[in-house]
Amino acid sequence: MSLIDENRIDAGVGLPGPSLAGVEDYVALLKPRVMSLVVFTTLVGLVASPTQIHPVLAAVSLLCIAIGAGASGALNMWWDADIDAVMTRTKNRPVPAGRVTPGEALAFGMTLSVGSVLMLGLVANWLAASLLAFTIFFYVVVYTMWLKRWTPQNIVIGGLAGAMPPMVGWAAAAGSVGLEAAVMVALIFMWTPPHFWALALIKSDDYARAGVPMLPVVAGPDETRRQILLYALALFPLGVAPAFIGLGGVAYLVASVVLGAIFVERAVAVYRHRAGAPARKAAGRLFGFSLIHLTTLFLVLLVEKLLGAPAFTAPIAGWM
Amino acid sequence: MADEEPRGVVLTDEQKRRRRSRSVALGLVLGALVVLFYVVTVFKMGGNVANRPL
Repeated sequence: MSLIDENRIDAGVGLPGPSLAGVEDYVALLKPRVMSLVVFTTLVGLVASPTQIHPVLAAVSLLCIAIGAGASGALNMWWDADIDAVMTRTKNRPVPAGRVTPGEALAFGMTLSVGSVLMLGLVANWLAASLLAFTIFFYVVVYTMWLKRWTPQNIVIGGLAGAMPPMVGWAAAAGSVGLEAAVMVALIFMWTPPHFWALALIKSDDYARAGVPMLPVVAGPDETRRQILLYALALFPLGVAPAFIGLGGVAYLVASVVLGAIFVERAVAVYRHRAGAPARKAAGRLFGFSLIHLTTLFLVLLVEKLLGAPAFTAPIAGWM
Repeated sequence: MADEEPRGVVLTDEQKRRRRSRSVALGLVLGALVVLFYVVTVFKMGGNVANRPL
């Protein structure tokens, strides 16, 4: 029996038909919005590094890290197509919508992963390339394949992948990693849970339908609100920390105190409003502000470094 | 010959249009990679290209 009949390929026999993918579908596989935050935090790591490399090489390094982040997004969409298909937020992604086959997404993601790591190694150094490879591996294998469907701590541990870009950028310029890079990673790492849980509170039905054990689904919304508040409180000192290790200046100190206080205030509002429209509004306000919070902190760091503003204190690392 | 049924998979106009846009994009990416490798090579060598024994 032939699989191909009358100049068409039978549906349902596992043989893919001609690709319907447009260029925009491949761009969507790279998760451009996530990529933009990665590019931004990587740029801050590159600029904040004590060693500077040629701007052209810095730009190519940034491109490699962005492509690596996009590749891990494509591999995430390849693996998670079944989950994406049942969630309203993600059902129109290229793979669940049928415009890109899983095999195409896998090949696209793997090619870009290997290419971006090798290119970064050749352009910058192999420490940065190794950190980028670790980031891709952590996001795809540890988070996507293992943690996401297994534990409500998925985005807590998996958040490390999203937190790594400033350290990769720092390493690309300096060839080493320091306390400052680690603090930037810790800041994003601690920011990630309240950011995602605020969204999960609003979209918990979606996650429940997809069988993803997000905290609101497994432990309930009230426990999620308590955890959001605890993480917001822990985030405050980490947000201020760059000012005390020689990374941020006076402007950063002021911004981190003000933004950290607002973040805690929004988390308290989420904790207090537990039902109906006020609860949804409070979670939405925290989610929206969390993006402003992180973006502004890194923007102030970037501007201070570009303007050559003095650090608020001498590096602790100097006398430790 | 002209009336003969086409053999194999026949693409619709939309599929042809998308295939063409993918081909153009891939060509542009490959061209950009050539330029990128050239530029990176030049900047990595920098002044060192002249720093060699005669």
